[in-house]
Amino acid sequence: MASTEIIHAHAAPQGFIRKYIFSLDHKVIGLQYYFLALIAVFVGMGLSLLMRIHLIWPNANLPIFGAIKPETYLMFLTMHGTIMVFFVLTTAPQGGFGNYFLPIQIGAPDMAFPTLNMLSFWTTFVAFVVLVAAFFVGAPLHGWTGYAPLSAVPSAGPGEGLGADLWITSIAIFCAASLMGALNFITTVLDMRAKGMTMMRMPLTCWAWFITAILGLLAFGVLLAAGILLLMDRNLGTSFFVPGGLNFTGQTSFPTGGFSSSTDLIKHNGGSPLLWQHLFWFFGHPEVYIAILPGMGVASQLLSTFSRKPIFGYRAMVYAMLGIGILGFVVWGHHMFMSGMSPYTAFAFSIMTMAIGVPSAIKTFNWLGTLYQGRVRFHTPMLFAIGFVSLFVSGGLSGPFLAQPVLDIPLHDTYFVVGHFHLIMGVAAIFGIFAATYYWFPKMFGRMMSEGLGRWHFFLTLLGTYAIFMPMHYLGLAGQTRRYSEFTQVAYQTKLIPLQTFITYAAIVTISAQFIFLFNLFWSMAKGKKATDNPWEATTLEWTTATPPPHDNFGGRTPVVSHGPYEYSVPGAARDFVMQNDPATTPAH
Amino acid sequence: MGLALLALIWLITFVSTYFFVAKTWWFPVGASASAAWIDHQFAVTFILMGIVFVAAQGALGLFVWQYRDRGATQPVHYSHGNAKLEIIWTVLTAVLFIGLNLMGSRVWATERFDPPEVGAVPVEATGLQFAWYFRYPGPDGKYGRTKAELEDASAGGESAVGLDPSDAASKDDIVSGTMYIPVNREVDLALRAQDVIHSLFIPSMRFKQDAVPGLIIHMHFKPIQTGDYEIACAELCGLGHYKMHGMLKVVSQEEFDKWLASKEAEKQ
Repeated sequence: MASTEIIHAHAAPQGFIRKYIFSLDHKVIGLQYYFLALIAVFVGMGLSLLMRIHLIWPNANLPIFGAIKPETYLMFLTMHGTIMVFFVLTTAPQGGFGNYFLPIQIGAPDMAFPTLNMLSFWTTFVAFVVLVAAFFVGAPLHGWTGYAPLSAVPSAGPGEGLGADLWITSIAIFCAASLMGALNFITTVLDMRAKGMTMMRMPLTCWAWFITAILGLLAFGVLLAAGILLLMDRNLGTSFFVPGGLNFTGQTSFPTGGFSSSTDLIKHNGGSPLLWQHLFWFFGHPEVYIAILPGMGVASQLLSTFSRKPIFGYRAMVYAMLGIGILGFVVWGHHMFMSGMSPYTAFAFSIMTMAIGVPSAIKTFNWLGTLYQGRVRFHTPMLFAIGFVSLFVSGGLSGPFLAQPVLDIPLHDTYFVVGHFHLIMGVAAIFGIFAATYYWFPKMFGRMMSEGLGRWHFFLTLLGTYAIFMPMHYLGLAGQTRRYSEFTQVAYQTKLIPLQTFITYAAIVTISAQFIFLFNLFWSMAKGKKATDNPWEATTLEWTTATPPPHDNFGGRTPVVSHGPYEYSVPGAARDFVMQNDPATTPAH
Repeated sequence: MGLALLALIWLITFVSTYFFVAKTWWFPVGASASAAWIDHQFAVTFILMGIVFVAAQGALGLFVWQYRDRGATQPVHYSHGNAKLEIIWTVLTAVLFIGLNLMGSRVWATERFDPPEVGAVPVEATGLQFAWYFRYPGPDGKYGRTKAELEDASAGGESAVGLDPSDAASKDDIVSGTMYIPVNREVDLALRAQDVIHSLFIPSMRFKQDAVPGLIIHMHFKPIQTGDYEIACAELCGLGHYKMHGMLKVVSQEEFDKWLASKEAEKQ
């Protein structure tokens, strides 16, 4: 560890381009990831607004967009899912906050491989540009899961030609970028920790980023391989996912791509549509935890800080995250109970999925235990951390329904599933991002965000997201199938339109409330109250350095750590918090 | 602020739970033999998860209010946790979740592992962009040969599923856009798809199964009540996914026989 400072202390760059564009500084790269995600989230949210409007008023003539056709709805749906999962939920918590704060929290001057770090951001950026390009040639309509053969055969529908090629290319590039990032995070945690920063003294945020990186390393490689196979099926005439005997008799007007004619398509043989699903979900389920684990880390950090109490069961929290990480790789089949996969394997996947509820429950219990007998301060970041716990409970508890194959029969591919995963991996993870933004904003920009606006943002968003996603569970019970562009064709579903209308109104209000956040973010950068170095009276290393931190993070000194990360209200201590680098006079943990 | 949070979290918990308990929006009435089982398993899961939901949200709201910062004099309990509590909590959740799982597995087993009853009605369901077709093997009890080359969706009926008229077994095959089945007899269903993945979803039967190109998937279920039941496609299959619906008519044995005979007569 001692030699690392010499290797990584690169000089502060001078020119604008080296300082802000092709920067090697993990803090700048973290902000680049964050602002990329910010752009992406507003695009993704805009798409969801258009979808919600189309669902209720399918014939409405919108400004700019005109009347939305069914295939356009499905293109919005595909792009919404892809943008949100990859460029928001994977990019902001890990690439953004992880990049910025992991090195500082473990007392390192930078990431282990600064150039690789820069490369991984710019590769992510290219992936985003390629995805956005799909909009201009007609985006695919196969959903973010891209099930073959719909995604494998260009004649399967509009957007399945060049648009689908760009879509899968973008994902493949994103995978490569994420693999670089994952390697960097893992090496940094293992090799760059300051003196005294043992693994079991790391803040839970660092544990979360570390475990997320391991998941990313193991999961993105598989998706990358699947993506390349899909590209080959589409363009080179291979048959990994395309079975024999396909005939698209109703849809002859679309390009045939790698298949020279429809007879050629019929003669293909040996491919399996289920193979794509296995490969996709082998990535896709760990991806859920890639999105939510950093949020868990942030919630733990904030609940402890603002309750002025050590985190309840630090070790249990670490083991629970490790447990979630490991089990996360053996549950993918629960997405496939209805797929035609052997019904015997459903048992195994089901038991594993139920088992993953156990570490999740441990986490919830420990968060409640942290609040219990604490002294809770209601700053905006804390509000979002509390909201995270509430959403995690609500989104988590619909899991054990879907994990049972027999209950999955009526619920699979209905709005029950949409409500479930949006609450947990969508909104809860986004609450983690909001909490992190309000919490670390003072360190990143040297100013405080407005507390008043923050509260408005919190209350409107919590109430609004519940109003959107809780009713979706009821719709699912009533058999409302997902990915329908309108509900006018199936009689029993037309009866559910009033509830869908309510959801659309709730979405309009909630989306509007996000502009409070956007305003607060940029207004506070310029006009916010000046922040002190440690405005929250927190204990971890980022609060021991200047605001914003200097290029090498600690201004030439190297922190020495003598305490655990959450030493609040230690009996006999002078203040109600003990910094991690305070000399070891108070009881060491 | 603590009180506002308490009120909001409790309000959300109450309203969310209310609409589940009041069954304002609920499963359609079950009309198959397994519906009662599935609904029972749902109810058990709902009660258990409901208790955990209310307890966890209730505690969250209560704690943030009860332990709100009331100044430096307010004591904070310095603790790093409690290993005994952690173990109790872990074991309880494990027993609850795994137990639930094992309870539900019997229904799954009878539906998916056991073969259909003797005398079940054979029906083949074919999904294509964007319609369902149902085929009955006729008096010979054998499905005739189909060929992908012969499929023509625009022609409908036998041509849509690509029935090969040169095969003797296909002479008496009946193809219908509506699914007719007799009540109280099991259906021996074979699922096929011609282009992309579709999913046959009959909410009242508590039935759902993907139809996958390249595979023939066998399933069985038993309707126990006559009536018309809607069929929807549950797997995204392209631009017409939302309108890919069909109708299941569960009728008496006599009506079923009569319908089948009239279709055979039409064909001759």
